[in-house]
Formats: sequence, structure tokens, C-alpha cells
Amino acid sequence: MEEDRDHKVLPSDLALRVKSLESLLVEKGLVDPAALDALIDTMEHKVGPRNGARVVARAWVDPAYKKRLLENAPAAIAELGYTSGQGEHTLVVENGPTVHNLVVCTLCSCYPWPVLGLPPVWYKSAPYRSRAVIDPRGILREFGLQLPEDVEVRVWDSTAELRYLVLPERPAGTGTMTEEQLAALVTRDAMVGVVKVALPASRDHP
Amino acid sequence: MNGAHDMGGQQDMGPVEYEKNEPVFHAPWEGRIYALTRAMRAWARWNLDADRHALELMPPADYLRMSYYERWVHRLAAQVVEYGLVSKEEIDSGKAAPGSSKATPMFTAATSAGWVNRSIPSSQDPTIPPSFKLRQRVRARNINPTGHTRLPRYARGKTGVIVRDHGVYLFPDSNAHFQGEKRQHVYSVRFTATDLWGDVASPRDSVHLDLWDDYLEPA
Repeated sequence: MEEDRDHKVLPSDLALRVKSLESLLVEKGLVDPAALDALIDTMEHKVGPRNGARVVARAWVDPAYKKRLLENAPAAIAELGYTSGQGEHTLVVENGPTVHNLVVCTLCSCYPWPVLGLPPVWYKSAPYRSRAVIDPRGILREFGLQLPEDVEVRVWDSTAELRYLVLPERPAGTGTMTEEQLAALVTRDAMVGVVKVALPASRDHP
Repeated sequence: MNGAHDMGGQQDMGPVEYEKNEPVFHAPWEGRIYALTRAMRAWARWNLDADRHALELMPPADYLRMSYYERWVHRLAAQVVEYGLVSKEEIDSGKAAPGSSKATPMFTAATSAGWVNRSIPSSQDPTIPPSFKLRQRVRARNINPTGHTRLPRYARGKTGVIVRDHGVYLFPDSNAHFQGEKRQHVYSVRFTATDLWGDVASPRDSVHLDLWDDYLEPA
């Protein structure tokens, strides 16, 4: 039995409606079921936050790559082999000691697919979309991050076709780690900007 | 339009509900409607802006009640009828009408990479000059169109500064209604949080929006 997250419509009803819609569109020659399988496989297995984590880790260890990433993110991301829809106009925004970036789409659900995959439910939800622009510090506190008043919180509302990826700060004490080990520290949430990257021992979500 | 979707600054929507180890899709039907939606766009009967607007046109109570992909189910079922790909009777019965023509899928496993990698149109077209310069102070126009717009309510009438010129993009307010691409510059405009929200905001904080020429006027 599928989990009914919203307790409003029986999921089996929706499953049946989608099945009926798909079989009709296939019968009419409007879609190819194998192409649907390929799209789903891509989103479930090929794109996702692991891609973004590798981009971030590379930027942390390679200053020349970081420079290219901040100047022309789509090209720098493509260097690592990640290209696909919704990322053509990616911009990378860098966190630092005085600036913390946070990404939202108040009007719908815009998100940098090639580097983060499809957005989580909370990112698309009314609580996040409504409050990220008016009370970003409150949102960050809910995610366990209390920022000092002298840090600027810079919110990016994705109102056009630009897609934003946060380049988090590299945590202290990671000087000896390899690029691969660093990539394993980088979370989806840190690349949206709702948390910082933490060392494994101190990482804990609320 | 001033719809339920324009959420920036609304209050009392509750806490953010976080799910640990969230799957990409919560049920197989979510993946199917995601893929169907992307595949059907390949027919080019509607565009991305029209797709977004179709969700905005849902009755507000439905928009707020439904899950994300449930909205997509309603949207696609309505679009295929509205744009003449499927009849109402066929949607209701789930069967193609006897003797109806059969198309050849536009979006196949073999061609899907080309569709998925296709860019959202933009350019550095030098024949379309920008109306504003870097560091110029601008005001987001006080518009309240009944159609599609990407200028959120919370920024209208507010003053900010151009911090980046992103180049030339299609204008969603016209493109969503098939009334022309009206290509124009899009800028990153920085608004201070206090200019948007007053004293409740931190004086250090800022919100950046990406706004088209037609949304802006000199301040």
C-alpha cells in the first residue's frame, strides 16, 4: 500500500487515473512507454545531489575550477559530465563568513535538476515557499542553523529561467580529506542553503 | 494573476515538514505523471510558460489541497483535451475512439536525450538592447495582470538595484498565452529585506529576483 502523505485523496485513485491516462496516450500513439521508463530512470538513478556534491568538492580542492564555476557554471558543471534540462542557466552563489545564500522558488518549484535532481517535497511546499523570502532566518532555525546578525542572508527567488546552486563553505578540519571524501560530506540541503556542510560527527538534522 | 501559487510572504502556512531519506518519487504513479508530462511537451502544443500557468489556473482551494504531482495529473488531463490531442470522451473512458488516428510518438527512448537536453531559449542577442544598466536603481512595476506573470506580488512597487544582466529571454507574460515571445533582458535585482518587509526583516539581509525589462521602471 502506498503511503498517503496528504491523507486527502486515496493514492490508489490517483494511481488508477494515471494508469488510465498513460494507456490512452500510448494507445493513441502520443507517448512511448519505453521513453517514460528512461525519463524515470534518469531522475531516479542518474541525476541527483551526488552530482552537485562532486561539483562542490571539486571547487573546494581546485581554485581554478572554482573560478570557472562561479564565472560560467553550466560549462564548469558540464566538465564533470552533467548536462540535462533545467540547468542551462545555472548560477553558483558562494557562501562565506559574511554571506549565507538560500534558494527558493516562491511561484512554483524551479530547481537545478542536473546537479540536484528533482526537488524534495518540502522545497515545493507552501511553508517553505511562503516563508523563505520574508523569514529566511526562521526557516534556517527550523533546519537547525542559527546565523549571527552580522551575516547577510541572501535569498535567491528563482523567478526566471536561472537556476541557483549554493557553494557551501568547506568545513574546518577537512584539510587532509580527498575530493571523494569531501563530496560525501556535501548534502542536498547545504546546496539549497538551508544548512551548512558539517563533519560527520556533528552532522545531525532536526 | 494574483493566485494561490504566488506564495512569497504569505504567513501561517505552518512549519516546513522535512522527510529524511526522501525517495525521488513516493509512488510509481508520481514517476509516470512526471514522465508523461515531460514527454507530452515534445508535441509543442504548449510551452513551459503555458505549463506553469495551467497550474496557476487551478481553483485556489484545489491548488493548496493537492499534492505536487496530483496537480500534474489534473493539468495533463486538461491539457490534452484543451489542445485537441484527446477528446473529452476518450479521457473519461480511457479508450481511444474507434477509428481515431494513431500518431507516432514524438518523444521516444531514442530521441529522449535530445529533448531532455534541449535548452530553454535564451541568448546574448545584441540586437535587443537592455533598458537598464548595472547598479541602476529600479522599481518593480505595480502590475496586477489576470494572466501569467513571474513578477511576484511581494516585490511590486518595491525598489531595488540591478546587480547582473542575464541576457535575453522570452517574456513569460506573453509567451504563456501564445501572444509572442517578446524577447527582452532579464536582470538579477537585489532588494533589501527591509525595503520588502519593513522592520521585521534583518537590515543586512536581501532578496534577489530575476526580473524582465517589462517588469521594471527607473526609480
